[in-house]
Amino acid sequence: MKKLIAILLMASLALVALAEPPSLSPSSPDGLREGGTLGETRNAPAIAGDPRDVKREVRNYPEQPPVIPHVIRDYQVDKRFNRCLDCHSREAAPSAGAPMVSVTHFMDRNFQVRAEVTPGRYFCTQCHVPQTDAEALVETDFKPIDQVIREGDRGENQ
Amino acid sequence: MMDRLKYYWSLLRKPSVHYSLGFLTLGGFLAGIIFWGGFNTALEATNTEQFCVGCHEMYSNPYQELKGTIHYSNRSGVRAECSDCHVPHDWTHKIGRKMEASKEVWGWLFGSINTPEKFEAKRLELARREWHRLKANDSLECRNCHEFDSMDFTLQDPRAAEAHSTALTDDSDETCIDCHKGIAHELPDMAEVNR
Repeated sequence: MKKLIAILLMASLALVALAEPPSLSPSSPDGLREGGTLGETRNAPAIAGDPRDVKREVRNYPEQPPVIPHVIRDYQVDKRFNRCLDCHSREAAPSAGAPMVSVTHFMDRNFQVRAEVTPGRYFCTQCHVPQTDAEALVETDFKPIDQVIREGDRGENQ
Repeated sequence: MMDRLKYYWSLLRKPSVHYSLGFLTLGGFLAGIIFWGGFNTALEATNTEQFCVGCHEMYSNPYQELKGTIHYSNRSGVRAECSDCHVPHDWTHKIGRKMEASKEVWGWLFGSINTPEKFEAKRLELARREWHRLKANDSLECRNCHEFDSMDFTLQDPRAAEAHSTALTDDSDETCIDCHKGIAHELPDMAEVNR
């Protein structure tokens, strides 16, 4: 009997000793960047560069806000001044050799066409971003609609 | 009053009785070196960024706006300080600018831009003054670093190369500041400015 008690005691002690202490730094799930653990500090991913001579990109779908094919560092877009419109405004576009802001930008939220770019469309970088050499954060199998139609016509991927 | 002036005038005109000619010339020479050196050192001290942003007006407005720009932080680590753009480098013009700057001391004493609101209200006026100054001196401070002769136009955007290589030759009256406004500080409301 004494022997049994001693063995049981030893076994329970061994269990306690072997049991993993609860982690103070649980692992966090991998999101858009690698998760690591909560207590860990990882380096931020490198900032994508601004390639200087990218050409204008083809839009992936007609409504896509075109990406900006140039560097926009230090561009001031605020109540006082809009540096983008310095070249892309209706008056400046031809002499600057820049595409004019789309006519939709002159339409306010009541579909009333105004003389200037309306406040709702004023802050360019809300929709338009510079084209960088960044890798896609997640995998995507997005196809532009014309490619879908073409493949449908050919009977692929039905 | 008049008597006293006359007394000093006659004192100045009187030849020295006690000091030798050698002492007076050499002493004057040495004192000249010390005073001139001291003057220039003090002048250079007022040209440092530390001095400029010593006042909170300069620290909290223009300096903060400068910080994000390419003239403050960039790949190669060359940067422009306040005085590089706002004070001419050669002596005559520098002294002229320093005398103009006495008005800024006045502004500091009476707090003409000592709140963000006051600064905002004067932003256009202050910017216009700098544009005008740079236009008048053919963007002298820009050209201390940026030289047409050293520009590789082939590395520039076609439009920039076009402007820099043809439109801005010596006989045109266009200058850097005509296009490059608001590169180191935020622009004021440009609605009433012809660009």
